[in-house]
Amino acid sequence: MSAPATHFSEDANRVAHDLRHRGIIQTAMGKYEVVRDQRKLWFQDWQGARNLAARTKFEAINHLGAHLDQFSKLLESRGTKVHWASNAAQARDIIFEILRAKNAKVVVKSKAMTSEEIHLNDAMEKAGYEVVESDLGEYIVQLREEPPYHLVFPAMHLTRGEIKDIFQKKLNDAPSDDPEALTMVARRALRKKYLQADVGITGANFCIAETGMISITENEGNARLTAALPKTMITLVGIEKVLPRLEDLALFLPMLAVMGTGQPLTCYNTMYGGPRQPGEADGPEEYHVVLLDNHRTLLLADAEQRDALGCIRCGACLNVCPIFRNVGGHAYGTVYGGPIGSVITPHLRGLQDWKHLSYASSLCGACTETCPVKIDLHHHLLQNRRNASAPKTGKPSLLQKLAFKLFAGFANRPTRWSLVTKLGRFAQRFHGVVKSGVFDPAQGWTKTRELPPVAKQSFREWWKEQGR
Amino acid sequence: MSERENIFARIREALTLKAHAHHGHDLPTVAEQRRVMPPVGLTVEEQFVLFAKNAGDLKATFKLVKDEAELSEELQALCAAEKWQRVATHGSALAQTQTKLLGLPTIVTNDGYDKYELEKCDAGISECDALIAQTGTVLVTSRSAGGRALSCLPPHHVVIARREQLVPDLPAAFALVKQKYGGNFPSMISFITGPSRTGDIERILVLGAHGPKKLTIFCW
Repeated sequence: MSAPATHFSEDANRVAHDLRHRGIIQTAMGKYEVVRDQRKLWFQDWQGARNLAARTKFEAINHLGAHLDQFSKLLESRGTKVHWASNAAQARDIIFEILRAKNAKVVVKSKAMTSEEIHLNDAMEKAGYEVVESDLGEYIVQLREEPPYHLVFPAMHLTRGEIKDIFQKKLNDAPSDDPEALTMVARRALRKKYLQADVGITGANFCIAETGMISITENEGNARLTAALPKTMITLVGIEKVLPRLEDLALFLPMLAVMGTGQPLTCYNTMYGGPRQPGEADGPEEYHVVLLDNHRTLLLADAEQRDALGCIRCGACLNVCPIFRNVGGHAYGTVYGGPIGSVITPHLRGLQDWKHLSYASSLCGACTETCPVKIDLHHHLLQNRRNASAPKTGKPSLLQKLAFKLFAGFANRPTRWSLVTKLGRFAQRFHGVVKSGVFDPAQGWTKTRELPPVAKQSFREWWKEQGR
Repeated sequence: MSERENIFARIREALTLKAHAHHGHDLPTVAEQRRVMPPVGLTVEEQFVLFAKNAGDLKATFKLVKDEAELSEELQALCAAEKWQRVATHGSALAQTQTKLLGLPTIVTNDGYDKYELEKCDAGISECDALIAQTGTVLVTSRSAGGRALSCLPPHHVVIARREQLVPDLPAAFALVKQKYGGNFPSMISFITGPSRTGDIERILVLGAHGPKKLTIFCW
């Protein structure tokens, strides 16, 4: 097993038995499900909207070159410096060069999964910069020195008590465990940072090719302030985030909100098309957009799974996934968790090391059913399984051959088959003796599950009894 | 080769393999978008009712006033009730006239204002580009609403809108942005839907996470 597979298996096993964790996640998801479903009904035709969104993303991704060209040229024409990074190291180098040129000390960040992908915070902190995450959930997990738990709710796994404790420990400011009081602690602490920060770093939800703008979706106003107050602004965004036209947002902004948090529209949806323009009151003097490939073009080259690049990171597939809900967000050990993470991580970080995630699925298809851009998630998991085993000889192993030979020996002969099924019925009575122990042939299964009783009567016996 | 060229070369190479368009491949028209999106009602009256309802659901305050005099009264009543000490506005005629009537120390966000001073204000009073009935949204830009910080840094954002600024839905709002600014867009365009909020602690709603705790919209 690869190291990530071992980690996953151990963590998943531990968390799945953690009833407290399960309770927290079930409560949070229960609230989400209610509002999400209300909002879907608010649309005149939610399924129709999903079709339109899938069509738009298909056009965008399959003409990625043309859209990126237009997007970057328009940004540049209005004074933005556009950078291109093939991998994480290049993206970090570009950002460090800007920080050095600006003689920066304090960096304020709004939520960006791409920055997790290139381990930016770690690198900046090691280089001596003061880095502050401004999204409340991100801020909490940053104080706890943890990665985000979920694409949309980074601190979903924590209770108010745990959050109070970390505020007390790190900020020495935690009047109570009331969510409002705790939010105000963060508000007070971060206000200073927005004003002090030399550089603001954001992610982006969409890149609009037609007008050369990025679009950021948020609720707290932290991205608004990050983009308003520091003198230099940097946006780090994946190359796949393009939408062809400004009006495409009319569909995508409410769909992202509905699936992400169950809101009709999140509080702030903001488009930025450059640094402060002549005649404007404020805004950064310099604006940099860093476009990140980091193996996205490898996924693009897989025509079968290319649609996975259309992901808008709403987190809806995580929320409905029975695996995610049981093993939690940290077990995956990936930046992008849940079904979408299981699909794209093998492309972004290597199939052989991450193929185990293709099996972290019951193949129930709830993810595919809920995806607002109709990514064929559970079939992609099957394709990853196939691709991971294909390069070998393509022949079954000796053990597999033997097992099937044995099976065929019984299954092809009615008398032997009836004997074995009868024997099974008899033997099951004694299963309790060895159940889930080392002598149990089915221990992998029975450790956490009850084996259903073998039927008292087989179909053949029943048929005979009916006298037919 | 530059990294830009490297990335474009990989994209070209990748796209030589054609993908199957399971759900269609052409961009939807605005009419198609409108057929699936939330309904907005046909008349302006219905749309005002919808905007008011949405604003209420979002915990924003929406007040229709009949003229500039009533607007001043409302604004002064709000100022007195909340005991504002200092306020901020921008160089636009209506917002500035109304703010002056409050007789308080005022920051005007024009070229070179002090962000630390803005942070100390109790309210930011701005105009807007549009109100969107479908979602209860206020549309502002860095050009129409005094820059990027005025509508987000003070704890109370007060919007002054005119009745004819109401648009029915999001597609209409984007069409308006294009028509108004086409070719020379402001550097920031923001769709503000209710006061700042978070649900990051146990999914419990808290207003005023980083942006304004209160949003008041006066429409005359």
